Amino acid sequence: MIPEIGHFALVLALLVGIAQASVPLIGARRNDPRLMGVAESTALAQFGFVAAAFAALTACYVRSDFSVLTVFENSHSAMPLIYKFTSVWGNHEGSMLLWVLILTLFGALVAAFGRNMPESFKATVLAVQAWIAVAFYLFILLTSNPFLRLAPAPFEGRDLNPILQDLGLAVHPPMLYLGYVGLSITFSFAMAALIEGRINAAWARWVRPWTLAAWMCLTLGIAMGSYWAYYTLGWGGWWFWDPVENASLMPWLAATALLHSLVVMEKREALKVWSILLAILAFSLSLIGTFLVRSGVLTSVHAFASDPMRGVFILAILVLFIGGALALFAWRAPLLKQGGLFAPVSREGALVLNNLLLTTACATVFVGTLYPLALEALTGDKISVGAPFFNLTFAPLFIPLLVAVPFGPLLAWKRADLPGVTQRLLGAFVVALLGIAATLAIEGHPVLPALVVGLALFVMAGALIDIAERIGTFRVPLATMAARARGLPRSNWGTALAHFGLGVVLLGIVGETQWGAERIVSMKPSDRVTLRHYDFSFDGTVPRSGSNYRDLVSRFTVRRDGEVLGTMQPAKRTFLSRNSSTSQAALMARGFSQLYVSLGDVSPDGSIVVRIYHKPMVLMIWLGAVIMFAGGAFSLSDRRLRVGAPRPARSAAAMQPAE
Amino acid sequence: MMLHRSKLLVLLFLLVLCWPLAAQAVQPDEMLSDPQLEARARALSRELRCMVCQNQSIDDSEAPLARDLRILVRERLRAGDSDPQVLNFLVARYGEFVLLRPPFEWHTALLWLAPLLVLLAGGFSLVLLARKRRPPAVPPALSAAEQERLAQLTGARPGSGD
Repeated sequence: MIPEIGHFALVLALLVGIAQASVPLIGARRNDPRLMGVAESTALAQFGFVAAAFAALTACYVRSDFSVLTVFENSHSAMPLIYKFTSVWGNHEGSMLLWVLILTLFGALVAAFGRNMPESFKATVLAVQAWIAVAFYLFILLTSNPFLRLAPAPFEGRDLNPILQDLGLAVHPPMLYLGYVGLSITFSFAMAALIEGRINAAWARWVRPWTLAAWMCLTLGIAMGSYWAYYTLGWGGWWFWDPVENASLMPWLAATALLHSLVVMEKREALKVWSILLAILAFSLSLIGTFLVRSGVLTSVHAFASDPMRGVFILAILVLFIGGALALFAWRAPLLKQGGLFAPVSREGALVLNNLLLTTACATVFVGTLYPLALEALTGDKISVGAPFFNLTFAPLFIPLLVAVPFGPLLAWKRADLPGVTQRLLGAFVVALLGIAATLAIEGHPVLPALVVGLALFVMAGALIDIAERIGTFRVPLATMAARARGLPRSNWGTALAHFGLGVVLLGIVGETQWGAERIVSMKPSDRVTLRHYDFSFDGTVPRSGSNYRDLVSRFTVRRDGEVLGTMQPAKRTFLSRNSSTSQAALMARGFSQLYVSLGDVSPDGSIVVRIYHKPMVLMIWLGAVIMFAGGAFSLSDRRLRVGAPRPARSAAAMQPAE
Repeated sequence: MMLHRSKLLVLLFLLVLCWPLAAQAVQPDEMLSDPQLEARARALSRELRCMVCQNQSIDDSEAPLARDLRILVRERLRAGDSDPQVLNFLVARYGEFVLLRPPFEWHTALLWLAPLLVLLAGGFSLVLLARKRRPPAVPPALSAAEQERLAQLTGARPGSGD
């Protein structure tokens, strides 16, 4: 009964969605508030129905109802409860349901909190959002129904893919989808602006918090996925330029560019047409990402589904929405008036440079990802485009961007004084040079990694100087500084934090890739291995069993200069139901660095292949991403952007003079 | 249609084959005793694709084919091949598909030049836009008579400095 309720709720969501996709638009045309008002209630109802469908599917998983096909294929009664929850979206059908759940969640949020928008604009936004939802409801109901039943219910399920039986599955896909799908709102805003033929600084102000929220989730989702791969795959790689990773990186790059162009639009009314185009492109890239992952066209490890029908369906959605949006753009964009003028060296100019480089980086990833497919389709030639290509092309685009980052926030609007700003960044240059010198002194040649360390420190110091300059460090008394720091808009703090985080990520990347060390050895109990300053002695192996798996745990005692630092216990995990195994790496943090031990095959003589890595500064990669997320959160809490807070309400406390 | 399905099945089979469950890659018994040669072998391995896998280098893959290729690379290195010679040997055997960094040729020109082209196109259109939108050029300079009148006007108001 429960699956049928879920199925029924999804069909109802489709019907409500169709109403929402049409009635408010007619209302907006006729300026009829009753018809426009339909959007709000239908958006909430849609979310309610999809949430009910999702809850029903979750119930099927939690109760291990193997009469439901997807539950049978992806679950097992002995699985720990947490994985019964997460396996809901650990497969094609369920993940598409999560997709529409998040889509309708954003729609409902706009309906509930988007009070500061004109009624007709809001109605149009929600109608566009409903078009997307309707397309995906049809996709789910026609090709990927998660509620299909099996006639004789099997006794036991086939279990979730072992590699997905991890906490990473609880966090990574929902975060990533919040980001991917969150960009649908910016798309709907862009379409609504084109339909209404009206766009101004207020548009940028409405759309920015949504873009920011999506960007934050995307940032964290990508970082989580990277960390998950890092500890799961057994050799500590954290980015592979896999097409599926690229599919998430492209919307991120576009969303990052959009965040920056929206700043210009909000402050100076410039870059309007470009921002609209970026908003369309960002979500289009999300759709392309969904297509690449879901259609199985790339058949990478992420593709659970390889059904041609699904591929064609998503391709149709893709063509319809991207083509439609771009056509609408080509038709209506010339009507939009251009805004303020600015000199090349100005805050606007810096943000344009940011957009140029980010867009080019995004295009590079796009071409690199799809070129082999296109080439094979057109000429039959098979080529591979992998990590070496992307490293070679991506870095030269990102380095100038990073060099420009500290300058941007210090430049004045309209026309800026570059020598003056350079002078203010003197401290950052000094920090960078010291960093380069120290790196060369400690690590020696080659020079390039040391220069990258310098660049990372330059970006970080630049972010600190941005704040220091704004609160007048060294120029005004401490009390005034504190007062200014409190009065500084949250978005300024957000910018500085996010830029600082970017530097931290870069530092982690250069540390891990340049100065990592590894030992791959065959060990027997009581063997010892030394890596850098660390001594690993293999104490032996013990079996351990969990609810649906058996572990073969190996114990290593780690010493540094004879002093015991602790034990590390990597394991080989065998899943009973699928008779397949995973390698559970052991991690030990040393500051921002990590020791990483994973196990390979056991040979008949009892020795086991052990991989030991020292990963210097590796944690900074993800820490930096978390700092960027925090920067986004700060910015989002800025009064100016707060969703549904139209007028500033100064609290009495803020008026008190600083002590 | 049938053909398509069987192709898919093969792909699925390959996928299962290289599923990185306990991705192992380089084994101790494959490694060369000469650390310099081994380092070269590792660097080369990262440039080579495990052809039965999805987007994995032979350095990352545990598929049997990847292991064969790793051993082959090391054999060639031990035989005294230079890095390009090893790559050429593998391309001759397996085709360009084996290279994760495609060489620059006519059919990859667009791939390699894409970043530059996009950057140039973007930069060029920015310059064009800026030209088009520049405010009317500097107004014509004042004539001598106007200069005089201006001097008269400013001179006539001595107190205008504050």
